[in-house]
Amino acid sequence: MTATTTSTSTAFAKARAEDRSALIGYLPAGFPTVEGSVTALRAMVEAGCDAIEIGLPYSDPVMDGPTIQAAAQQALDAGVRTKDVLEVVAAVAETGVPTLVMTYWNPIERYGVERWAADLAEAGGAGLITPDITPDYGTEWIEAADAHDLDKVFLVAPSSTDERVAMTARASRGFVYAAAVMGVTGARDATSDLAGPLVGRVRATGDIPVAVGIGVSNGDQAAEVAAYADGVIVGSAFVRTLLDHPGDEAAGIEALRALTADLAEGVRRGKR
Amino acid sequence: MSQVMGQPARQRTRYEADDRGYFGETWGGRFMPEALVAALDELTDAWQEAMADESFVSEFERVLREYAGTPSMLYHAERLSEIAGARVLLKREDLNHTGAHKVRNVMGQALLTKRMGKTRVIAETGAGQHGVASATAAAWFDLDCTVYMGAVDTRRQALNVARMQLLGATVIPVESGSATLKDAINEALRDWVASVDHTAYLFGTAAGPHPFPSMVRDFCRGIGDEARAQCLEQYGVLPDAVAACVGGGSNAIGLFTAFLEDEGVEIHGFEPGGDGVETGRHAATIHAGEAGVLHGARTYVLQDEDGQTIESHSISAGLDYPGVGPQHSWLAASGRASYTPVTDAEAMQAMALLSRTEGIIPAIESAHAVAGALEVAKRLGQEKGPDATIIINLSGRGDKDMGTAIEWFGLGDAEEGPDADLEQVEKEAEQ
Repeated sequence: MTATTTSTSTAFAKARAEDRSALIGYLPAGFPTVEGSVTALRAMVEAGCDAIEIGLPYSDPVMDGPTIQAAAQQALDAGVRTKDVLEVVAAVAETGVPTLVMTYWNPIERYGVERWAADLAEAGGAGLITPDITPDYGTEWIEAADAHDLDKVFLVAPSSTDERVAMTARASRGFVYAAAVMGVTGARDATSDLAGPLVGRVRATGDIPVAVGIGVSNGDQAAEVAAYADGVIVGSAFVRTLLDHPGDEAAGIEALRALTADLAEGVRRGKR
Repeated sequence: MSQVMGQPARQRTRYEADDRGYFGETWGGRFMPEALVAALDELTDAWQEAMADESFVSEFERVLREYAGTPSMLYHAERLSEIAGARVLLKREDLNHTGAHKVRNVMGQALLTKRMGKTRVIAETGAGQHGVASATAAAWFDLDCTVYMGAVDTRRQALNVARMQLLGATVIPVESGSATLKDAINEALRDWVASVDHTAYLFGTAAGPHPFPSMVRDFCRGIGDEARAQCLEQYGVLPDAVAACVGGGSNAIGLFTAFLEDEGVEIHGFEPGGDGVETGRHAATIHAGEAGVLHGARTYVLQDEDGQTIESHSISAGLDYPGVGPQHSWLAASGRASYTPVTDAEAMQAMALLSRTEGIIPAIESAHAVAGALEVAKRLGQEKGPDATIIINLSGRGDKDMGTAIEWFGLGDAEEGPDADLEQVEKEAEQ
């Protein structure tokens, strides 16, 4: 099967045309099962996600809080493999929504960087979000991504110097992922006051879209972030929703749709 | 840039890392979240400035001398030498305060923490040795201290948990993943991402992202610098070989560094072979692992075909780690050092042998070095005669391992009687 890759830039272009932020939803592949993750991610697309991030479960996820750790561990315990992740990518990319993979580095190095880029492109994946690779240590990935026309989404953090923000924005394609807080992934009660200035610092370097992740869990928070960011990334809240409905797929999917709709309404409410 | 302490900057050797933390252009580096890069850059600058600052270096040396008891002695183990047919010298790091070489690393990092104006330290620990050392340094330097320890390990090592608490540290059991050392490192990194403005991470071994492998080596290299000078002074020669156990590899790199440019000196690392490498239950990362990225560095890693970390196994908790310091990976790949597995059984035999021939109960970690080095010593003795000399790093004392020894040998109130191993040790000692 040869899929058509949809770059993440199309999602941001569409959102910009509607004068709103894009909603990017995350779930790990293989959680709760390989088929279950496809069903869940497709439901999120139908209910209003503009782009999808699929997590590649890894044994040592240092940037993830307890919620995503638990989901990734559940997927690994059930035997999910790297090749399964590519299957999930293909099944979600078929919807036409840009589909990225978020992955720690060792599984990619192990798979073979060039081979991974080729297979991800073949599956219709838009690119990679790399939480433990910065551009200055990512030469091999940058070359492979460029060769296969894939998005390279690197992270910036409140602690990043202006020089590093500029370097990261230059090296990224698709969008720049702004980590809203100094901390790991997970829902938080209040949105961060560090995210706004960080987005501003990325903006000052050029016109690549900036999406904010870490901590957003409901429509009101999404609206707050949408007021200043091109995209709102939600992960742990989706995972938590599925974790809260163990063994009842229909109820879990229904709750995912409701959360997606709330968040999608939020990114439309936020004044740009 | 790394420097010999107290000496002016010099040319970097081929065994050291470049400015980006790569050893041999491939090993090491810094595969870390962007959120920690500013802190790692700050640490790199502070470490390099400190190493070039004579007042820092002399304060570090004073603290080690007056508080930790360095230089540790280089001891001629005569009965062990008779068995080997060669001169066996033990670098007695087991006599340092806290009972191991680790005090050098934590006092160095804590002194640097003070210099950087941070008020809190965090650490990971497996069996608790690095945690106890960190809690000790934090007490001495008046720093807040939080230690992450796998929940499995807090149950197995309740005594060390109590030690850390008595020293004033907070111990947090880690339930995630396999609930052992690697997960404690993950959790400490997660803490650090959120606390980096006022917190220093006292990394327990010469692994992790740049600058830790090089910085920890610099704080531990006194082991080899002292041993080299002591050997020359006491015997008028350089050793024919040096040997140490390798888990993460801080004691080993601390010994090896002084001898890397001495081409005639063989360098031997002994890895935890567990039940035997062929059983899959081991922690012989260099011998049986493959290149990968773990905890921020490219190095040999025990991993499956998808790059997921495989749990390691060793009777010695201090060596039970599925990665290894990246400089060791480079020393192995470049051929400068050799790394060989030693099984649990061989290490326990050596623990008993050293106890009964020299009256020294070694840590099980160090017993791996003794077991492996004795084989090297026997070969050297045959090749070069009884003046052939080997230095073994006796990196820690065995008090902490008595529970394991009771079970293994059937001592005291153990449910099963004395092990056959002890009879064999007696025979070897009498030869």
